[in-house]
Amino acid sequence: MAARWDAELARTSTIRISAPEGQMAAQSEAVLEVLRTTPGIASARVMSEAEQRKLLEPWFGPDLPLDTLPVPRLIEVLEEGRGPDAAGLKLRLSAEAPGAVLDDHTRWRRPLVNAATRLRILGAVSILLIAGSTAAMITLAAQSALAANGQVIGVLRLIGARDVYIARAFVRRFTLRALVGACVGTVLAMIGVLFMPAAAEEGAFLTGLGFKGWHWILPFLIPPLAAFVAFWATRWAAFRTLSRLS
Amino acid sequence: MFVCDARKDAKRGIKQKAGQSLIELKNAGFTYGGRDILSEMTLRLQPGSFHFLTGPSGSGKTTLLNLCYQALLPTTGMVRIFEQDVRAMTRDDIAKMRRRIGVVHQNCQFLDHLSVRDNLALPLSVSGREDDIHPSNLDDLLGWVGLTERGEALPPELSGGERQRAALARAIIMSPDLILADEPTGNVDWEMAQRLMALLVELNKMGKTILIATHDLNLIRTVKSEVSARVLRINNTKLQLAGADL
Ligand SMILES: Nc1ncnc2c1ncn2[C@@H]1O[C@H](COP(=O)(O)OP(=O)(O)OP(=O)(O)O)[C@@H](O)[C@H]1O
Ligand SMILES: [Mg+2]
Repeated sequence: MAARWDAELARTSTIRISAPEGQMAAQSEAVLEVLRTTPGIASARVMSEAEQRKLLEPWFGPDLPLDTLPVPRLIEVLEEGRGPDAAGLKLRLSAEAPGAVLDDHTRWRRPLVNAATRLRILGAVSILLIAGSTAAMITLAAQSALAANGQVIGVLRLIGARDVYIARAFVRRFTLRALVGACVGTVLAMIGVLFMPAAAEEGAFLTGLGFKGWHWILPFLIPPLAAFVAFWATRWAAFRTLSRLS
Repeated sequence: MFVCDARKDAKRGIKQKAGQSLIELKNAGFTYGGRDILSEMTLRLQPGSFHFLTGPSGSGKTTLLNLCYQALLPTTGMVRIFEQDVRAMTRDDIAKMRRRIGVVHQNCQFLDHLSVRDNLALPLSVSGREDDIHPSNLDDLLGWVGLTERGEALPPELSGGERQRAALARAIIMSPDLILADEPTGNVDWEMAQRLMALLVELNKMGKTILIATHDLNLIRTVKSEVSARVLRINNTKLQLAGADL
């Protein structure tokens, strides 16, 4: 999500020109000229009235009398490479076209990208935390199961059971349980994601919580991961408990 | 099944040198909370021998048997089982050693959630010999100890005598080199007691080493008429060879 936001927001910026009716055309020309000679700019074009109307529609309704309103003109700028030097560009614009304001999106992009990056770190950390606490819970459960079965362990040892044999029985049980539990949980979660309000393209850009393409494979990794964690946690707990029960 | 097991033993026997003792106690002593239960015990169980262990209640018979399969470690002196010092045994060593010793407990220990049949087969599965579990062998064994009808019962549903017989059956299923039996006839009638002794005598004639703790002097006499059995007696924490009057 963070990468998506970053990529889509970084490549465009807008220049807004507010000027008296008579100077609008001249200032637009001047701005375009400045942009043409600025490195890091792929193209720039004045947005048509229809496009501007479409942008404003959500706020002002469909029959906006654009020609009678002092609406600023918008120039869409597509960047290339590492983009233009924003500070220098602003300086030149103010010299050539005093009514032009560069809106380079970085102002509001940065916190969004930061938030998204944090969100991703948070996601990774919480997966680790969940795995860790799963392991801890399973360890405790296995330990108490073993302790509660002291008599059974005594009988098994009496007839020559090695620790591996005793541990295996417990490990098998706990691994299977974790596997089944994780399968049920994953299926439920995926149904949840599937039925999440299907956001439109622009909305998905912000919410973007669905899976795309190969990302659908990721949830299927959860059950084996849970089983893996359960297997090693139980095994470790079993051998530790058994060596104390001798 | 016993015939077939005896053949297997003959093969295994090659590894066992003559003159070795299965159990050896040298000046072994045992103390419970500062109180001497056993002291200066010296004993060698030769392969194929038949021993009885007698002594008043509380004299330490069970304790001595426990020393013989490493359920307890001696507080002083040395105990060797199959030529290995019990103090130097790892848990895996202990497990392997116990597969060669059939123990009949005074308070028989079973897995209460498994049927008698499954409990009998347990030593085989515990030692990875599932392939040797043959229903007909289990039937034979149950027949020998008079439990043909009780195979599907759970251990808690058995009478005291039935449990003892089941314990004896479990003790011999692995065709162990040594059988340790603690009051195996304590809760059965005279006829059943004789039958169980006949079974043990049979096993002894196949070369198994046998040590039985019992109070029952009549039983000892019956057996002594069949095989040459030695009678040990614990008196005042010491081990004595009982007189020929028995
Ligand atoms: N866990 C224990 N803690 C303290 N003392 C014990 C323990 N187990 C046994 N004893 C004591 O050790 C002594 C020997 O007990 P043991 O069970 O070996 O006797 P026994 O000869 O088998 O008796 P019985 O013929 O009644 O079965 C007894 O005085 C008993 O009270
Ligand atoms: Mg006893």
